Amino acid sequence: MTTAALSAGELAAVRADFPLLGRGLRGGRPLVYLDSAATSQKPEVVIDAELDFYSQRNAAVHRGAHQLAEEATEAYEQARAEVAALVGVPARELVWTSGATAGINLLAYAMSNASLGRGGEAARALALGPGDEIVVTEAEHHANLVPWQELCARTGATLRWIGVDDDGRLRLDELATVVGDRTRVVAVSHASNVTGAVTDVRTVVARAREVGAFVFLDACQSVPHLPVDLPSLGVDAAAFSGHKMLGPTGVGALWARRSLLEAMPPFLTGGSMVEVVTMETTTYAAPPQRFEAGTQMVAQAVGMGAAARYLRELGMAAVAEHEATLTRALLDTVAAVPGVRVIGPTDPTDRLAVVSFVVDGVHAHDVGQVLDDAGVAVRVGHHCAQPLHRRFGVAATARASASVYTTIDEVAAFGEALAHVRPFFGLGGAA
Amino acid sequence: MSSAMEQLYQQLILDHAKHPHAKGLVDGAAAESHQVNTTCGDEVTLRVHLDDGTLERVSWEGQGCSISQASISVMSELVEGTSVDEAEQLGETFRALMRSRGEGLSDELEDQLGDATAFTGVAQFPARIKCALLGWAALRDALAQAGVATNEEDA
Repeated sequence: MTTAALSAGELAAVRADFPLLGRGLRGGRPLVYLDSAATSQKPEVVIDAELDFYSQRNAAVHRGAHQLAEEATEAYEQARAEVAALVGVPARELVWTSGATAGINLLAYAMSNASLGRGGEAARALALGPGDEIVVTEAEHHANLVPWQELCARTGATLRWIGVDDDGRLRLDELATVVGDRTRVVAVSHASNVTGAVTDVRTVVARAREVGAFVFLDACQSVPHLPVDLPSLGVDAAAFSGHKMLGPTGVGALWARRSLLEAMPPFLTGGSMVEVVTMETTTYAAPPQRFEAGTQMVAQAVGMGAAARYLRELGMAAVAEHEATLTRALLDTVAAVPGVRVIGPTDPTDRLAVVSFVVDGVHAHDVGQVLDDAGVAVRVGHHCAQPLHRRFGVAATARASASVYTTIDEVAAFGEALAHVRPFFGLGGAA
Repeated sequence: MSSAMEQLYQQLILDHAKHPHAKGLVDGAAAESHQVNTTCGDEVTLRVHLDDGTLERVSWEGQGCSISQASISVMSELVEGTSVDEAEQLGETFRALMRSRGEGLSDELEDQLGDATAFTGVAQFPARIKCALLGWAALRDALAQAGVATNEEDA
């Protein structure tokens, strides 16, 4: 099942893999989980992988010569290979992190340390100072904005950004002027966690190449939903989290091209990331271990590996095709309810099944409450993207987001509940 | 709709949300507090207008969900004309109501809270308690800013 969308039978089988989807809510209502962009549910293979690790293989990895340590190390490295394969990169270029936020901070702090002269000659290309520029976008999640703001504050570099059009798409026409000779890093998300818009990464990369900047991709929202081959996108580094791609919380990955990883000085320092330590000084292990200080989240890494394997076995093309159906259904559903406005593209092309919206006259929090009463779980708030919400003149939106286990019937149930929102608050517009 | 929803969104709350009391900042305040609910971005700026130990009025500006807006409105009505001590005591009682898991308080305490007991149902929804408390947090902070607060305990 790697070329076509999921059949009804296949989708039913997928749902049966997720124990939580079978539970009911207050008053016996079935759960309609439309908050996968915040965090996904976990298939049994992921839960079992963690359970199996703790009950059969638990030991410290990369140290100790006993059999358990060997088995734990093998599970840990096998998981790295599984996750790397999902995004088309060599395992030795993939660094475990505690999540995408940690991955982005790792990269930013490596550059910060390079700017302080750490990492020697190799790291000099990563050093920033006054006059240098980092370019982000107005659509970024705070995780791909604040670390770059802070890096600029520490180094004297300047943060610039490209805007978002009224449809929620990036103003890639601004690349020509915003990205220039001073640009050192372009940090952009592959897909917005608010608008669902998928970035034309190749256009971003092409402009960055012209000026010799490197490109970082926040791939949190794309990796769980689209076939992603990081090297062929042309980016230099990327981060994504385990918990949004059917894996555990507390684990994620940072990928960077080998040459970039090798040039990066360490961020967190301590045990397991060293080569030779004397009382005066330390030399560091080669990547990825250089960036994995201290005891790692091994069970979660093994769980993330199981999630990557699960997605690869489903086939990301099939996942994407199924979710494209859901994107259209979500957009049609929201469009059919009077007084509801989408924040983001209404055209399903290059767009994920993440639909944020405002209901005229009703605050997002109240929208979420009425939907919750019908068993429909959505996210409300600013979704860690305050500048994007400000761009659209709203403080908060409600967001319905799907994943591979979401069904058309759930989208219909969401639509039915949404139609009750305005009437509940005494406003017109019952569908 | 479930009964929990009906308890949450009582008519009194919906009415206050639609026609809030004391909304619109007024000059001549003793102090002002700005509070943000970090989960949803709701915010309020609230001013306390004092006259010799009496909370003459509050005035406020803000935006947020019906629960937060109605709660600020009901609070404004309730504390208007009370002593600073009484206003602080009402805040403590309201916070106790929010911790009651929807069980409510004694008749005596509920009498003191008046219309604010309409928020009893909010206590069944932990995610919404912060909404109901936003205005009360601003009131407590503004009284502290004004240097008249006596009660600093609790959170």
